[in-house]
Amino acid sequence: MLEKTLVAVLPFIVVLTIGAVFVGRYLARVFQGQHTFLTPIVGGVERGLLRIFGVRQDEEQTWKQYAVSLLLFNALGLCFLFILQLLQQWLPGNPQHLGAVRLDTAFNAAVSFMTNTNWQSYSGETTMSYLTQMLGMTVQNFLSAATGISVAIALVRGFVRRSTNSIGCFWVDLTRALVYVLLPMALVLSLVLVSQGTVQTLRPTVALTTLEGQAQRIAVGPAASQVAIKHVGTNGGGFFNANAAHPFESPNPFTDLLLVFSLLLIPAALPFTFGEMLGDRKQGTALFLAMLIMFSIGLGISLHYELAGNPALAQAGVAGGVNMEGKEQRFGPIMSTLFAQSTTVTSTGAVDSMHDSFTPIPGLIMVFNMTVGEVIFGGVGVGLVGMLLYVVLTLFIVGLMIGRTPEYLGKKLEPREMLMAVVGLLGPPIAMLLMAGLAFSIPSAVASAANTGSHGMTEIIYACASAAGNNGSAFAGLNANTPFYNVGLALLMLVGRFATILPGLAIAGSVAAKKRVQSGVTFSTTSTLFVFMLIFVVTIVGGLTYFSPLVLGPLLEFLKLR
Amino acid sequence: MRKKGMLDPSVVSKAVGGAFQKLDPRTLWRNPVMFVVEFGSIITTVFAVMSAFQHTGFWFNLQISLWLWFTVLFANFAEALAEGRGKAQADSLKKTRNEAVANRLRSDGTTETVAAIDLVKGDIVVVSDNETIPSDGEIVEGVALVDESAITGESAPVIRESGGDRTGVTGGTRVLSGTIHLRITANMGDTFLDQMIAMVESSSRRKTPNEVALGILLIGLTALFIVVTITLRAFAGYMSVTVAVPVLVALLVCLMPTTIGGLLPAIGIAGMDRLIEHNVIALSGRAVEASGDVSVVLLDKTGTITLGNRMATEFLPAESVTEHQLMESSVLASLADDTPEGRSIVTLAKQKLGIRGRDIRAPEGSTFVPFTAETRMSGIDYGDRHIRKGAVDAIEQWVEENGGQFPDTVHALVDGVARQGETPLVVSDGALVMGVIRLKDILKQDIKERLGQLHVFGIKSVMITGDNPLTAAAIAAEAGIDDFVAQARPETKLDLIRRYQANGSMVAMIGDGTNDAPALAQADVGVAMNAGTQSAREAANLVDLDSNPTKLLDIVEIGKQILITRGSLTTFSIANDVAKYFAIIPAIFAAKYPQLAMLNVMHLHSPASAILSAVIFNAVIIPSLIPLAMRGVQYHPSSANALLWRNLTIYGAGGLALPFVGIRLIDVLLVAIRVVR
Repeated sequence: MLEKTLVAVLPFIVVLTIGAVFVGRYLARVFQGQHTFLTPIVGGVERGLLRIFGVRQDEEQTWKQYAVSLLLFNALGLCFLFILQLLQQWLPGNPQHLGAVRLDTAFNAAVSFMTNTNWQSYSGETTMSYLTQMLGMTVQNFLSAATGISVAIALVRGFVRRSTNSIGCFWVDLTRALVYVLLPMALVLSLVLVSQGTVQTLRPTVALTTLEGQAQRIAVGPAASQVAIKHVGTNGGGFFNANAAHPFESPNPFTDLLLVFSLLLIPAALPFTFGEMLGDRKQGTALFLAMLIMFSIGLGISLHYELAGNPALAQAGVAGGVNMEGKEQRFGPIMSTLFAQSTTVTSTGAVDSMHDSFTPIPGLIMVFNMTVGEVIFGGVGVGLVGMLLYVVLTLFIVGLMIGRTPEYLGKKLEPREMLMAVVGLLGPPIAMLLMAGLAFSIPSAVASAANTGSHGMTEIIYACASAAGNNGSAFAGLNANTPFYNVGLALLMLVGRFATILPGLAIAGSVAAKKRVQSGVTFSTTSTLFVFMLIFVVTIVGGLTYFSPLVLGPLLEFLKLR
Repeated sequence: MRKKGMLDPSVVSKAVGGAFQKLDPRTLWRNPVMFVVEFGSIITTVFAVMSAFQHTGFWFNLQISLWLWFTVLFANFAEALAEGRGKAQADSLKKTRNEAVANRLRSDGTTETVAAIDLVKGDIVVVSDNETIPSDGEIVEGVALVDESAITGESAPVIRESGGDRTGVTGGTRVLSGTIHLRITANMGDTFLDQMIAMVESSSRRKTPNEVALGILLIGLTALFIVVTITLRAFAGYMSVTVAVPVLVALLVCLMPTTIGGLLPAIGIAGMDRLIEHNVIALSGRAVEASGDVSVVLLDKTGTITLGNRMATEFLPAESVTEHQLMESSVLASLADDTPEGRSIVTLAKQKLGIRGRDIRAPEGSTFVPFTAETRMSGIDYGDRHIRKGAVDAIEQWVEENGGQFPDTVHALVDGVARQGETPLVVSDGALVMGVIRLKDILKQDIKERLGQLHVFGIKSVMITGDNPLTAAAIAAEAGIDDFVAQARPETKLDLIRRYQANGSMVAMIGDGTNDAPALAQADVGVAMNAGTQSAREAANLVDLDSNPTKLLDIVEIGKQILITRGSLTTFSIANDVAKYFAIIPAIFAAKYPQLAMLNVMHLHSPASAILSAVIFNAVIIPSLIPLAMRGVQYHPSSANALLWRNLTIYGAGGLALPFVGIRLIDVLLVAIRVVR
């Protein structure tokens, strides 16, 4: 089994790494305004869009201007999507004549897609019209991902630059992320998906009669285009409720693997972009390695328990071997576990299997992946930002322990950076714990969980972790389409998103203004020791925060099963 | 400053009192971590009182409350102890000074007697024999022998005089002999002594940026753990387990970074104490911490690297002159020369000739010709002999004026000496060139080792000298200096510092003269000699009372120690949490969910003993670490990686493992003495 697993997973990791290196360098060229192979094709589009915005290509903003532009842009997107859902019954592109979306659901969905979470408390095919899906959801899929990339690039610039107030221009970064990165990648991916059988049509639901003579309605729609961007942009909101487990989204093992690859690609590439823009590739490689090691350890543990199967079933003599519950026959346990691990580390939230049905320890790993703040690759852009916040924290401690006032890349880490790192790293967990605590204190909220005891606990903390981490995947089993969860989780998503983005931009602004100091004895942030320190800090912060719910939820369930 | 033992009884008893005084929430809020612990203690105490009436869990609640109070008291004690050590010395000094009276000079030239505390900046006072200097000032007139032992602990008195670079005096020191006119340079409350006290007094001490940053982290963690414990009640409630409030408070205090939170003020103050023990007064805590980052240090050659004067090391006779003849004329020329160089010539000659004692005198009827800037030579005239010694061009001119000729062979000798970076001194008797004396800069004792240490610290040393490049290079090479600036002018230092800073270096500078003041102010770490001018002392952020330029090494070391201690105890504090979770979580839940008993890896006796053991461990670890906080974590110059490994192993891995052992031991002890069931 071990060899089989390695044969399946190792080549994937190798291909991912190679892909990430190339995409990383490409991104660096794009955001430094250098010529790329796509410039002749999309350069005109970029210039045209910037002219519409009234922005010059070499425009610069301070971090505050950058943040205000970003907030304004996202607020507009939020309002548009919210209103679109309320008005969809009077708008075209609604062949199924779906009514207006419920107010709390619409708010939740609007926040969810604007924050790149794509938590869906509704069932897509029976709630959202084609127009809402395409003009609302899909557009936000692009824009939220582009927003994330822009923030990461701005933060990288902060570390690259010295003694300046500006960190780039949001409108330029946003435009470049769209026309050079997200649109081309989504286009290529959706064409490949369509070639494999993913549906892409504007026809309404297909009605037919089955062999047994039953009437059946089969939902179809413009799926391939939304599936492509939901992975490339680590969004995760499926066209169909079953998400990537649905054969119309991911017809075969090849598309399944392709979807995993495409959701990991940009988050894995950004550390390399960081190294490239710094002119010190090793710095990026170190961050990538820290992410990859954490990814692989989690994957290894999950695979071990999934392949070992459910001990309770084995004891009962019902079934032995691997845990197939909630998994597609097409994909099997190894690919489903790889998908689950990838989708939870990257804040994507797309699923090809039911996470609720995994054995308890993989369930624990998935919650852990989200609760450390989505930094193991993480969401496009924000993953790197979150990881850099951890780097600030790590190097603060490291600096002290080697007797130096802390610094990273020659930038002194002072109270301002620390404040921002603490807000960014501890804000979302605090909000998440408060929301979960509130949910467990309200009987009706507890009743939304399908299960009681440990499993029910995991269902609720998973939902909260998913919202705070802007992941969007659901553990299933929890009916979150209630006003309490819709509003509470929406607020949690906003905290999770902007408590990372704004501190990230603030740090970008403050480190950009600093000079770069070189000093005699300094700790190498490309060393193995640094990589392990970083992993240790991420683990201990996540572990200490969620110790009790993880013990009472998945761990207790695991112990009971033995 | 005399070193006070850490356990000096008077200091300890004062600190015990201080620990209780600091319970006042109005002062404790400055330490948010301990403020929260105190709040928790009040809550558990209320519960203990309530449970006394309900006859349930009183004994347990009482013990929890007591240990939580102890946690706060131990932290307060650590801070009070650190304050006490530094303050004890300063307080007595302050008393002497405040009781002192001063003779203030009126504008009409008469004096009036005023109390020292009434002096203001700009006043001129007159201080004579056996009077206490009333306040910080600069000597504007006169010279005096000053006893500075009160602040330096050094018994040998020092000379302070107007003009030049030795004009500064400190309030509280005493004039042994001489009368000086002093311009007061600081208002009361603003003097050197006040600043020194402020650095070791928690309430008036300004936190360094690094302390502020660490404080933010600790507050963040505290907020997080407050939410963790409050929500635990909801999680537990869902799982049908009720958690008593005192248990939640106990868990909160255990998880909060109380160890570092409790010791953080003590670490900073103790660092300043240690500096004072090294006779360095820090006027900025930030500069002390920044000293650990210094990558370039500027050193004056004279007085820092070399002994300030050259010494004769060899006689090189000219052709047809014997070494003995050269020595004779050299000695004659130098007998009346009281400069260190002149004396060293006589000493060398005596050594070579094997003469002891002071039996060489200048011959009767001789006249000494002193060195002047115009002639640039000195010598002696006796009888018809005119012996001169001086720089080569001066002697060449002299010889030619006397009708002689300067031989090429001597030129060759001169060049040879100069090429080695040493100073040739040419001796002539009338028109005859006798030969060359080799004068060499003598390095200060141990300077090479000390500079070598700078290397290990990763600090580049740059020597500044007015010498020619050749001489400078030779000395730099001999002393192991990395770089030098020769033929430097006063403004060179400032330019140099700016240039290094523009390249991103952190620069330290040691200076004493008035013309050093701008450079001292520009440097990231500026160390002024106490003997230096007032302007230098004001521009600097550290003052070295011993006026020993290699003191920078001690400062760097202490700065690093402060940071390392802070970092190590933070790591230790956070690593401790793991064991505490493993003690308390099974204690809360194992009764309802027996499967979770496997988390009780320490095999603690009962839920009550587990929680109490964790709380006690959390409390007693603070006083146990006071010595470490005071002394600072050992610092050995080594690579960053080696240092990190060492501290991670001791304080990270150790911090992970120690509480498992400690809590277990306390648990065994509690059960043995039947404090808990």
